[in-house]
Amino acid sequence: MSSVRLIDIAHARSGDKGDTVNVGVIARRPEWYPLLARLLTVERVKAHFGTMAGEVERFEIPNLFALNFLLHNALGGGGTLSLMTDAQGKTFSSAMLRMEVDVPDDVAAEVIS
Amino acid sequence: MPPVRIASGQGFWGDLPSAPVDQVRRGPIDYLMLDYLAEVTMSILQKQRSRNPAEGYARDFVAVIGEILPDLVEKRIRVLANAGGVNIDACRQAVLATARKAGFAGKLKVGAILGDDILDRLPALIAGGHPLTNMETGEALESVLDRVESANAYIGASPMVAALEQGADIVITGRSTDTALTYAPMMHAFGWAADDWDRLAAGVVAGHINECGAQATGGNFLGDWRAVADTLGDVGFPIIEADADGSFVVTKHDGTGGMVSVATVTEQLVYEMGDPHEYITPDVVADFTTIRLRQDGPDRVRVSGVKGRPRTDRLKVSIAYHAGYKAVGTLVYAWPDAADKALAADRILRQRLARLGLRFDEIRTELVGWSATHGPLVGPPPPDLPEVELRVAVRAAERTPVERFTRELAPLILTGPPGVTGFAGGRPRVQDVVAYWPALIDRREIEPHLRVEVTDA
Repeated sequence: MSSVRLIDIAHARSGDKGDTVNVGVIARRPEWYPLLARLLTVERVKAHFGTMAGEVERFEIPNLFALNFLLHNALGGGGTLSLMTDAQGKTFSSAMLRMEVDVPDDVAAEVIS
Repeated sequence: MPPVRIASGQGFWGDLPSAPVDQVRRGPIDYLMLDYLAEVTMSILQKQRSRNPAEGYARDFVAVIGEILPDLVEKRIRVLANAGGVNIDACRQAVLATARKAGFAGKLKVGAILGDDILDRLPALIAGGHPLTNMETGEALESVLDRVESANAYIGASPMVAALEQGADIVITGRSTDTALTYAPMMHAFGWAADDWDRLAAGVVAGHINECGAQATGGNFLGDWRAVADTLGDVGFPIIEADADGSFVVTKHDGTGGMVSVATVTEQLVYEMGDPHEYITPDVVADFTTIRLRQDGPDRVRVSGVKGRPRTDRLKVSIAYHAGYKAVGTLVYAWPDAADKALAADRILRQRLARLGLRFDEIRTELVGWSATHGPLVGPPPPDLPEVELRVAVRAAERTPVERFTRELAPLILTGPPGVTGFAGGRPRVQDVVAYWPALIDRREIEPHLRVEVTDA
C-alpha cells in the first residue's frame, strides 16, 4: 500500500443547502470507484473534517462512480446568516480532497506517473 | 421527430451577460431558459418592490430580451425565465413595452405565471392550520412572522406548459423551480403526460444540468481544470438535445470554449445533491442513481435510463425573514510574523469590543491567505508567511453593536501590531441579515391560485 492524496484518485464538487454542505466525490477512473467507496466511510469523513462539520451522511451513486456526503451544521448557519468567507461551501470539495489515503501500489503507480 | 434543443443562458442573476446572446446567435436552438433566482434573491427583490412598486423583478432580463428579440422572432426561439421575482406583472409590462418599442407589436406573445407569491396569505394560511414549520429546525413560522420579507411556493412545469400551449413566446415566472424551466418545453413539445414519471424525471436531470449554466460545460471544473481553463474566455453554455423517449444529449455550440465530458457533467449532477435516490420537485421525484452517462462524440454526453416516482402532495415554500445585522472588516498584515500579528490584532479587537460591553451572536475570525477556506485542515501557519489578511465578521440582532464594530477596525492601524495596511476601502458596511426559512405546504393551497396569462405584444 502507498499513501496518496484523495485528489489523485478522485475529483469533487460541493455546494450548500441551508446550513448543510454537500460534497460529491467522483472516482477519476470508473475502476477506482470500489476503492473510493471502501476508503470513504462516514467515520473517515467525519474524522477528516473534525470541528468543520457536524453529523455526516453518506450516499452511494455507483452509476456515476461517485459518493455524496452531506455535512450538517457546517456553514455557520448558512445563507446570509453565515459569517464565513465560504458561506456557500464551495471549497469543501477541495478540503475533502486533501485527505491522505492508502491505496494499492498499482493504483499509486498510476497516479504518480 | 428531431430533438428539441433547450439552451441554458443564465445560471444565476449576475451570470455572464453575453451567454444568452451567444446561445441564440452561435448555433441553432429551440428554447432558451434563464435562471435568475436564488434563495436570497426573492427577499432582495421584495425590498426593491417595497421602495418602488414598479420594481421587484430581474431587470437585467428585460435588457437581455431587448438585445435578442430580433433573433427570437426570426428564428422562432422561445424563452422561459423565472425573472418575474416578486413582481411578475411589472416584468411582463416591461418586456411588452420593450417589444413594442422595438417594432415587434403583434409579432410575439408574452406569458406570465402568477400566484406563487403567498406573502399576503401567510396569516390566513397559518390560521387555516398550515404552521409552515421550518424543515431544518422544526419551529413554527408564527415565531418570526412579523419579520418575514418574502414567501413563495416553488411551482412546477404545468402552468408553463399551459402558457406554451397558448402560444407564449416568452414565459415569465416567479418562484418556479429552476429545473422546470428546462423540462416544461419537453412536456410541451413531446406531449408528455403529467404522470409519465420516468420522462419527467429525465427532464429534471436535464434541468439540473442546465440550471447552473457553464458549471456543466467546464466552469468550476475541478477534475482537470488546466485542460479547460484557457478556453473558458469563450465558454459555451450547455444545450440539451432532448428526445421524446426522455433520453438526451448535453452539448454546446460548435466553436465555443469549455468542455462537455462525462466528468464535467458528473460534477454538475452531484452539485447541491441531497439523497440521490430522491430529488424532489413539484412534478416528480427523480432517482439520480438511475442516470447513465456516455461520451457520444466530442463535447457530447448522452444521458439515459432515468427513473422517476410519483410527485408528493406538498410543495416547498421559500420564506425569507429579517434576522439581524452583520459586518465584515479586513486588514492586511505583512512579513515577518504576519499570522501572529493578525491574531494579536484580533485579540486586541475582541478585548475592546468586550470592554465596550457589546453583545454579538457571533464573532468569526479568519486568516485569508492561510486558513479561511480549509480551516483547521491546514495546520498552524508557517512563521515566514509573506502576508495574511485578517478578516473579522460579527453578527447581532441589534444594529448598534454592529455599527460600533465597524469603527473599531481602522484604529488597529495605529494602536495594534506593526506591518499592517489595506484599509483604503474605509469603514465596513452594516448589512441586513436575511435568513431562509424552508417549509412545506399542501399543494392544494397553492395550485388553485396559479394563473396563466398570455398577452400579445
